[in-house]
Amino acid sequence: MASIAANDALPVPAAAPAAGEGLRSRRLVLSHFWLAFAAFLIACVLGAWQMWARSPLDAPAHTASNYFRSVTLHGVAMAYVLSTFFIMGFGYFVAETALGRPLKWLKAGWWGFWIGVVGVLMAALAVISGKASVLYTFYPPMTATPWFYIGLVLVVVGSWIWCGVMIAEMSFWKRDNPGQAVPLAMFATVANAVMWLWTTVGVAAELLFQVIPASLGWTQMVDVGLSRTLFSWTLHAIVYFWLFPAYIAFYTMAPREAGGRLFSDTMGRLSFILFLLYSLPVGMHHLFMDPEHSSGFKFLQMVLTAFVSVPTLLTVFTIAASLEIAGRMRGGKGLFGWVAALPWKNPMTLATGLAFVMLFFGGGGGLINMSYGMNAMIHNTSWVTAHFHLIFGGTVVIMYFAIAYAIWPSLTGREFASLKRVRWQLWLWFIGMMVMTIPWHGLGLEGQWRRVAAFDYTDPIIATWGPWVIVSLIGGMILLVSAVLLIWNLLPAGLGRRTVQVYRYAEAVHPPGRVPAALNGFALWNVLVAVLMLAAYGWPIAQFFADPPPQAVIHHMDRGID
Amino acid sequence: MIDHGATERRILKTELRWAVFVGFLVLMILGAIVYAGISMHINPPSNREFIDPKTLHLSGEFTEANLGTSVDTDGQVTTRVIATQFSFVPQCVVVPANRTVTLRFASPDVIHGILVSGTNVNTMVVPGYVSQVHTEFTRTGDLLMPCHEYCGFGHSQMLATVRVVPPEQFRPGPDGKVTCG
Repeated sequence: MASIAANDALPVPAAAPAAGEGLRSRRLVLSHFWLAFAAFLIACVLGAWQMWARSPLDAPAHTASNYFRSVTLHGVAMAYVLSTFFIMGFGYFVAETALGRPLKWLKAGWWGFWIGVVGVLMAALAVISGKASVLYTFYPPMTATPWFYIGLVLVVVGSWIWCGVMIAEMSFWKRDNPGQAVPLAMFATVANAVMWLWTTVGVAAELLFQVIPASLGWTQMVDVGLSRTLFSWTLHAIVYFWLFPAYIAFYTMAPREAGGRLFSDTMGRLSFILFLLYSLPVGMHHLFMDPEHSSGFKFLQMVLTAFVSVPTLLTVFTIAASLEIAGRMRGGKGLFGWVAALPWKNPMTLATGLAFVMLFFGGGGGLINMSYGMNAMIHNTSWVTAHFHLIFGGTVVIMYFAIAYAIWPSLTGREFASLKRVRWQLWLWFIGMMVMTIPWHGLGLEGQWRRVAAFDYTDPIIATWGPWVIVSLIGGMILLVSAVLLIWNLLPAGLGRRTVQVYRYAEAVHPPGRVPAALNGFALWNVLVAVLMLAAYGWPIAQFFADPPPQAVIHHMDRGID
Repeated sequence: MIDHGATERRILKTELRWAVFVGFLVLMILGAIVYAGISMHINPPSNREFIDPKTLHLSGEFTEANLGTSVDTDGQVTTRVIATQFSFVPQCVVVPANRTVTLRFASPDVIHGILVSGTNVNTMVVPGYVSQVHTEFTRTGDLLMPCHEYCGFGHSQMLATVRVVPPEQFRPGPDGKVTCG
């Protein structure tokens, strides 16, 4: 493998598009990113306060209702606003830069954005008013004010418009470039759009047919098992929706930023297709501890969950190989010498390295979560909180930062005033995340449970947890400092001299000329997703209609609080 | 001249070798889980057994007289607990160490969940269903049994005690019941 980089003259990259041509979608992309990062900053403040509230120290304004209001807002802001708006903004950027032509459906993009903004404001005001403290995962038969759900539905509708724009832009390009391979970054973005359309079916059905009618008072009872099953349809795939941009950066940005080439374009396409296939029929692993499903279907979805680790393991290898090419091209020698030779001062390279470390811990924890029997040891404990903070908050979000840093000069026409401050921000995020989540893993194994506003530290078992909760609070504070640094870096105050840059993606060692139709579109894969979903979720959903269980009485959380 | 076909084939070969390794790794993990499931009976608490949340306290298994720990005529130990906003009924249960215990839970209102600290006992309690866990406690002493699923503003106060006593101290009364009091 080493000899590939050392011995072969690599093909000359294709000519970059003419510099100086501004992006047509520049304002659209920036609007999405700023909304995402504003929500992110607020959510970081809330997150740090929540950890303070759970610690043995006295936190200000610490009441149960404030705590659950805060957790709801933190979850909604991070999981629905930061992720969705970042992904949409990045998608528009990729569509224009990877395809090398102006966005045709720019106006639709703005419609999607403003519908999303209205939705975010509705949901946020509902939560702040205290009438929607149901967390971002809903938990019927508890219901919030309908405004909360309708707001979130609007965010999803905005994202559906984005999906339509992404699919349309790719098909226009394919029509104009018959037989050509869709650039990998765009191929992956459309894979994510297609996956997201499938993903949202579950939660949309739950909200439209069960939760919203209940919260409006039209229905008095709800089938809780069915609602949990429909939400599980969405609950795992949504995580891969968030993850896609990080993987797009690994494949199409990091290799070039590190000074090398992508080891294999084909492996990238395969990984993104595997994500599309295996992100969806696996959500029941969130229901391993639930009574309403048989062990047989839990087992089936566990096996499929194991398969979703395959694209990640392929990615780790391909990206490590791509970075090795870069390291050796930069003169690195020996088994590990290439690691030292990598340009660690480059934010994308640094973020990729740090993301992989967090992926190692978070992914390892995830393998335990998916293990059917071992899940009983950690279900609904801080272990799980640690797992998804490492994977989403760590690996994924640090790559969101890296992507923003990589494309910011081409969006704003200015360089960063201090790359050192950029690197500090990334390091602090990594350190904060590790300091916060390592104690959570330990506490989870000791049985510290989730979603609690306060612990009774006079209990002898709980008392021993106190010092570790304080350590993780310190981690949270470090994360907050990093979040503030991010905003400083991205604001005009953090930018330096003017520049004209056109973003260029990584070239593969062997750039794909033509690829098989199966690796250049999604028709075949959609059929396979449908088959897998029918196998994995057909009966588990049908059983609620074939043999209906007793329903639960709706509990209106928004009533009586005026 | 450089033979690009050769490097391409080499890349493909390396990737395929890694893919085979990954496939092997995943199968190993699945094998370990299946082995644990079959030989050590480590399985998730699946139990499609219905109970109406509106009436469960009025008649049948989860009426007041049946709650807590009881030993039936053939010596089987069963502990029944209602998880409700925002407490467990009863708040304290006694179980014998080193004996199979069946824990049964039901909710009359919203979703709850339980774990027992220091053990692998863990299940969601979903209104409409009886959740059931079979276990054997090996350590004696008072263990925490919190509600681990968000069930409303009082969720944090929802905490019960599981008192594990040595087998010789586990003495059922004439009605077959054992209580904390």
